[in-house]
Amino acid sequence: MTDIAAQAPASAGPEGGEAIRHHDPAWRMILRAFTENKLALAGLILVVVVVLFCFAGPLFWHTNQVATNIMQVNQRPSGKHPLGTDDLGYDVLGRLMAGGQSSLEVGLAVALVATAIGVLYGVISGFFGGLADTVLMRFVDILLAIPVVYLFIDLATEFRPTLVLLILVLSLLSWLGPARLVRGETLSLRVREYVEAVRTMGGRSGRIILRHLVPNTIGTIVVNATFQVADAISILAVLSYFGFSLPPPTATWGGMLENGVNFLYDGYWWEIYPAGLMIVLTVVAFNFIGDGLRDSLDVRLQRR
Amino acid sequence: MIGYIIRRIGQAIIVIVGVTILVFILRHLLPGSIARAILGVHATPVAIAAFNRQNGLDHPLPVQYLAFLDQLLHGNLGYSFKQNMTVDAIVLHDLPNDVLLVGVSLVLALLIAIPVGILQAVQRNKLTDYTATGVAFILYSMPPYLLGLLLIAFFAVNLRVLPAEAPQAPTISGVLADPVALVLPIATLTLITIALFSRYMRSSAIDSLTQDYIRTARAKGLRQTAILFRHLLRNSLIPVATLVGISIPGILTFGLIVEQLFNFPGIGLAYFNAAVNGDYPVVFGITVLVAAATVVGNLIADIAYAVLDPRVRYD
Repeated sequence: MTDIAAQAPASAGPEGGEAIRHHDPAWRMILRAFTENKLALAGLILVVVVVLFCFAGPLFWHTNQVATNIMQVNQRPSGKHPLGTDDLGYDVLGRLMAGGQSSLEVGLAVALVATAIGVLYGVISGFFGGLADTVLMRFVDILLAIPVVYLFIDLATEFRPTLVLLILVLSLLSWLGPARLVRGETLSLRVREYVEAVRTMGGRSGRIILRHLVPNTIGTIVVNATFQVADAISILAVLSYFGFSLPPPTATWGGMLENGVNFLYDGYWWEIYPAGLMIVLTVVAFNFIGDGLRDSLDVRLQRR
Repeated sequence: MIGYIIRRIGQAIIVIVGVTILVFILRHLLPGSIARAILGVHATPVAIAAFNRQNGLDHPLPVQYLAFLDQLLHGNLGYSFKQNMTVDAIVLHDLPNDVLLVGVSLVLALLIAIPVGILQAVQRNKLTDYTATGVAFILYSMPPYLLGLLLIAFFAVNLRVLPAEAPQAPTISGVLADPVALVLPIATLTLITIALFSRYMRSSAIDSLTQDYIRTARAKGLRQTAILFRHLLRNSLIPVATLVGISIPGILTFGLIVEQLFNFPGIGLAYFNAAVNGDYPVVFGITVLVAAATVVGNLIADIAYAVLDPRVRYD
């Protein structure tokens, strides 16, 4: 399956001729991506705003997001509750902040864990090649073929996960993309002269992998990790809709949306759209960053 | 190329067998048991043991797996004790509805995404391009059920012009008899699919625009429309085969969400109800089926690519 993916057209590189800048350290290329690419900058600003809203907001807007309050359910937006209250009496504005915290935490953690697993798996598979590569990649194909969301719906009927378990389960299903991408890059990198040189000087495989191959795929890794955050937040929202989410009273945006749907016909718009808007804003922001970084780092990805 | 195709088919078979092994292991790892789901929580251990013995569930796992595989090879996906039907019958019953929903949405999505992608490539980095990109970004970033929900809220709740529910007839003729109710589910799935496709179509068209044959066509004085339709469109169609193939798992997943949201009588809804009711044979039968569809879709996409594009060489 990978044969085709490698040939799939990627979005064209940056305008002008300065496409390849692999001489700069990665952090400087990333920094430049944000200064040169308006879309990436917009995405970054949006992410900063959302993070501030979720994590610094509760310092200024004190609400009780643990105890329900039956005396003030489904209230319209007012001075006391700018975005109204939900069916359990939680202040929706405060709940958006709390829900954002868990959604962002899960998204970032899943991206980190999945990328780490995927990079190691991919680089090992690509570096050793041969039978090991075939076996490892067929395993990835098998996992990719299994409809993930389907399985989660089934899981949701069995149990509710804790935060750590949720992150682990999502990560175990999200490392496949980075594994394939990094493997593809490793295949072309491992025959380069500098790898040969390290080997001649007596460098062991572990050193070649960690000191030379992984750093040279950093562009792909960073860009993919950014998309991973967006995907994880999005998948989390979908799973919340099907009931596979953190147990109450923990809030997630997806959970709020799922709950708000019940009141569509009652006209309680404040219980539906603010949470939906936060999901879309955050996912768009991370996608913007990923797109901008990809253009600046001149990374070819199979997707989008 | 024949060698390549044979190798790909071999790979696909290995992957499908792997999927069945994994699904089988999962079925036995998950907490709920078939006997419990059928006989209820108060069933005595004796009754459960008897049920297991009757249905061959007391054999060692490898033996059970081989029996499961044997059934699959005979085209038997399993038996739903809850609904007293074979999984095949359930799937076959709903299949025409899914072909309708997914098929129409897919065709509509391609009919919209391909021209828009080409337009974006031609108008690259202009207002049209940015607008289309922005819309695609938002559609892509939106949880699929939120999109459906917005459509329901607007067209069904506010304007009251379209029903919020899909046709509630069990058979395909009944579904087709109520075309108005089909509008929202199909529109939702179409929009989601367009979002999946549009970025890809744009970059594919941009890649094609920089090819030599386009420059040649320009140099010999062909009009822009002739270039677009005769050269660019045709060449942009090649990756569509790949695109559709690799999008199958995504489309089926979104299809399930749409079916659940609109209560559309399809395989996705059958799966959803089975999962909620602990109807494990249906759950795992449909999982294997969707996985197989994914693998076969990828296989066809790869082969179509190799056949359609003479520039691709495989040794």
